[in-house]
Amino acid sequence: MEKRVTVKSEREEYRLFRSRAIVAAVLVFVALTLVFARLIFLQVKNYDHYTTLSKENYQKRIPTPPVRGLIYDRNGVLLADNHIEYVLEAAEDDVKDMDRKLKRLMQLLPITPQEIKKFKQKLRVNSRFQPVVLRKNLTEKETAIFSANRFRFQGFNVSVRMRRNYPLGSTAGHLIGYVGRIDKKDLETLDKKNYKGTTHIGKLGIEKQYEDRLHGKAGWELTEVDAHGKPQLKLDEKAPITGEDLFLSIDLELQLKAEELLAEHNGAAVAIDPRNGEILAMASMPAFDPNLFVNGISYANYNALRDDIDRPLYNRALQGAYPPGSTIKPMAALVGLSADVVTPTSSVYGKGYYQIPGNRHRFRCWKKAGHGNISLNRAIYQSCDVYFYDLAFRMGIKRYSDAMKRFGFGSRLGIDLPHEGAGIMPSAEWKRKKYDKFWYPGDTVNTGIGQGYFTATPLQLAFATATMANHGRKFKPHVLRATRVSRNLPPKIVTPEQLPSLGVTKLRYWDDVIRAMVNVVHGTHGTARRSGAGAKYQFAGKTGTAQVFGIAQNKEYDAAKLKKKLHDHALFVAFAPVKNPRIALAVIAENAGGGSKVAAPIARQLLDTYLLTPQQKEEISEQNNAKNTDESPSLMNINKLKKKKELERKLKREIQINSPLTTAPRT
Amino acid sequence: MNSKGGSSFGGYVLRWLTSIDLVMLLSLALLIALGSIILFSASGEDARMMNNHTIHLILATIVMLVATQLSSDLLKRWAFWIYIIGIVVLVLVLIQGSMGKGAQRWLEIGSLRFQPSEIMKLAVPMMVASYLSKKSLPPRFKEIFIATLLVAIPMLLIVKQPDLGTALLVGSAGFFVIYFAGLSWKWLGATLVAIIIAAPLVFYFGMHDYQRQRVLTLLDPSADRLGSGYHIYQSTIAIGSGGFYGKGWLNGDQSRLDFLPERHTDFIFAVFGEEFGLLGNLILFTLYLFIIWRGLYLAMKGHDTFARLLGGSLSLTFFIYLLVNTGMVSGILPVVGVPLPLISYGGTSLVTLMAAFGLLMGLRKRKRGYD
Repeated sequence: MEKRVTVKSEREEYRLFRSRAIVAAVLVFVALTLVFARLIFLQVKNYDHYTTLSKENYQKRIPTPPVRGLIYDRNGVLLADNHIEYVLEAAEDDVKDMDRKLKRLMQLLPITPQEIKKFKQKLRVNSRFQPVVLRKNLTEKETAIFSANRFRFQGFNVSVRMRRNYPLGSTAGHLIGYVGRIDKKDLETLDKKNYKGTTHIGKLGIEKQYEDRLHGKAGWELTEVDAHGKPQLKLDEKAPITGEDLFLSIDLELQLKAEELLAEHNGAAVAIDPRNGEILAMASMPAFDPNLFVNGISYANYNALRDDIDRPLYNRALQGAYPPGSTIKPMAALVGLSADVVTPTSSVYGKGYYQIPGNRHRFRCWKKAGHGNISLNRAIYQSCDVYFYDLAFRMGIKRYSDAMKRFGFGSRLGIDLPHEGAGIMPSAEWKRKKYDKFWYPGDTVNTGIGQGYFTATPLQLAFATATMANHGRKFKPHVLRATRVSRNLPPKIVTPEQLPSLGVTKLRYWDDVIRAMVNVVHGTHGTARRSGAGAKYQFAGKTGTAQVFGIAQNKEYDAAKLKKKLHDHALFVAFAPVKNPRIALAVIAENAGGGSKVAAPIARQLLDTYLLTPQQKEEISEQNNAKNTDESPSLMNINKLKKKKELERKLKREIQINSPLTTAPRT
Repeated sequence: MNSKGGSSFGGYVLRWLTSIDLVMLLSLALLIALGSIILFSASGEDARMMNNHTIHLILATIVMLVATQLSSDLLKRWAFWIYIIGIVVLVLVLIQGSMGKGAQRWLEIGSLRFQPSEIMKLAVPMMVASYLSKKSLPPRFKEIFIATLLVAIPMLLIVKQPDLGTALLVGSAGFFVIYFAGLSWKWLGATLVAIIIAAPLVFYFGMHDYQRQRVLTLLDPSADRLGSGYHIYQSTIAIGSGGFYGKGWLNGDQSRLDFLPERHTDFIFAVFGEEFGLLGNLILFTLYLFIIWRGLYLAMKGHDTFARLLGGSLSLTFFIYLLVNTGMVSGILPVVGVPLPLISYGGTSLVTLMAAFGLLMGLRKRKRGYD
């Protein structure tokens, strides 16, 4: 049987195998075709998709941050620049035996254990190839020491970074502002693509306002990286575009002078060029050093600034709402004239106080004895309160308030700085909204002399004064004067924005009020006649003394008995020269007493600083020195020389401004 | 052993050469050449690796040439003993492994290190073929049962190592013998159904965590592209971004920049696809298909049932290598450690495969050669 089966199977088995082999061959073909179909799907149909994924894998776009634009004053004096900062850094992957090297580095350089701790924390978080900073702000000596020992610390590197620097420290600190580390809040608004490599952003002042222009455009480097993130070679790059340089309208000499003069008080001074709205100086004292904020201010420093009773972080010039007091009398007079409430010749009898008809309340004049029969001109230069009580009362709060608003009171002027204050130009409607109370006629009376609810910022006062100087022509106040896209191009002047004019068409009214303001400083009975004496130019001004503390009906103001914080604010507004004015300013010295005694002399010195030629200034300073007998002449000279040198150093012009910037006149 | 035929050395060589299937030899040479070119790129132009590869090739060629000269009668007689030795060694490896940690696939004898499971890729089909060829075919149930047992025992031992890839290949080699012996279509269908039912059971109870993860990864490779899905994610990117013409030799970004893991071993097909594109793949697949078909043809020409069964099984096992590897790398099969045959770097698999081809090429001759 076995033999039979074997014989039979030989052929059968071959046939069987053949059929099975053919089936197998077909199945193999089908299976491989299926796999190949998958390959077509991957390589043809989804080719683009996988090409993108592949590029995402190995191409890394590394942002290169732009260099921040510089900030200059109007004459090319540097206010903000970028300093080179040396940092010691290392990537984990490049350092063998990290702990031992750190120990030896601590012996070589004054590295603190905190720095080591922070460094190690960052190492853990970052990629192994990404350099991590061990120590910031290396001194030149430390850099030199490290460089000499570099061979012992393979993997560690000193690299260069840009750090924002404000060479003049606190000078114009409020105005320039500062940059600080980008925080969560910034991230919500900024253009993430453009800020990918940027660490700092403008937080205050010009730095914040013109962040877009200063920042520049980020570039990038396209690098090929391997699977571990290690860069292999540069594929492509786009250079960053440096931010624009800004030229502020600030005259640094004037700014320095204002800060110097205000230093012993708290206060503010704002100077405007009436011809175009350029801010010439904006001082707020006390000030702070913006450099403290650049790399994160320490808690101790911040608390000290924040808790300081004099509030140095607060920009008084821009945000401070002060009762303007008598400084608004010229504007009030003009408003009254144009509303035909008063005429240049109409007069009021000043008997030392004012009473609303049918009311016994006495609104006092600063001059107890009264000014007698008084007309507009004298009411301004002697600052008669009764005249303006009457003017405001007869005009009515609605008309008065609306007209005064056109001088810029009660609303933001739209200066190119963040956090501008609006002040208050009160009205019946305003009071109802704010306090849910009726407006009393007495409120109108107080508003008439810049008291009561009426507050204004120093900027608004300077602006209103400039408007006065300009016979009603208004320019939007601005700090940015010119910009420069490239060092090789001349700066481009920012066109001043003219605002709708005040609309008082009778030139005579302006001249009447201005004549009265001239009398304030140059008249024999002007309240600030002492400050006007000996001026080489004619100027116009108005004193103001703002009450901080309400005096009861039958009490007297006695400075000696009041705390310094409750003393009156001293104010002064002025512009000069009277014909063709080039500067209008407002000065406020907090709790300094009378405007004529404190604020007016400051204003005079500021006008001198801006308007006089260097030779004239020299003469004045010599006269002053001659009067000063406390110091021995030699010591005096040394001090004088030192001071002069210091000023020259501060006013050193980094660049020569081309002609377009120096030709100021604009009509 | 002595030469029975030729009187002179020249005659001996001539006879030897004519006994080899030159068409197959040429195809293999072409494939290996192609493989070496892509290995050079996949190794990162590593000279040492290429030197080793050369040594592997020389060794594999010698083994292949020797294998061509082994007659089927000899193999039939040896099959049983090789199989028994193989089982013993597998058990030894398992014992050695249980003392160590994790996967233990290697047996070390002195300085020699080899994977005993590799022998079973040849021993199992030889054993099953030798058993079945003695019976009248198609096999009856009892014979199928014994044959299945002969396959299952080493397969389970290898799964235990654990080495799913090799177990799969050993199992298919054995299965294909039974298939060629004439396993009825009914039984074949039943087996298929059984596998489909058993698959979830194996998934939940018979798999290691990492194996289970690999299966899950296949279903959605992008779910875990940095973990277990990383291999497939990167290999599909490599292949897909190769496009129609490929990025060019040595220009595969995925492999060059180290994104592709195991690029010179199990995932070398992705390098090939990335650098040579669909066009290259077409050539490669055509070559493979030709070799498999030629193998089946040679098997058919085998002079007895044993030769045919062994030849058919070896050809289809080679196909399984290709299918599992390319399927895995292109992301349609789970990740199983199976190399791309004759191309992936690695001496052991190369030697085994070339030995199989040697046997295949020698099947045609009658009772010539050594006996």
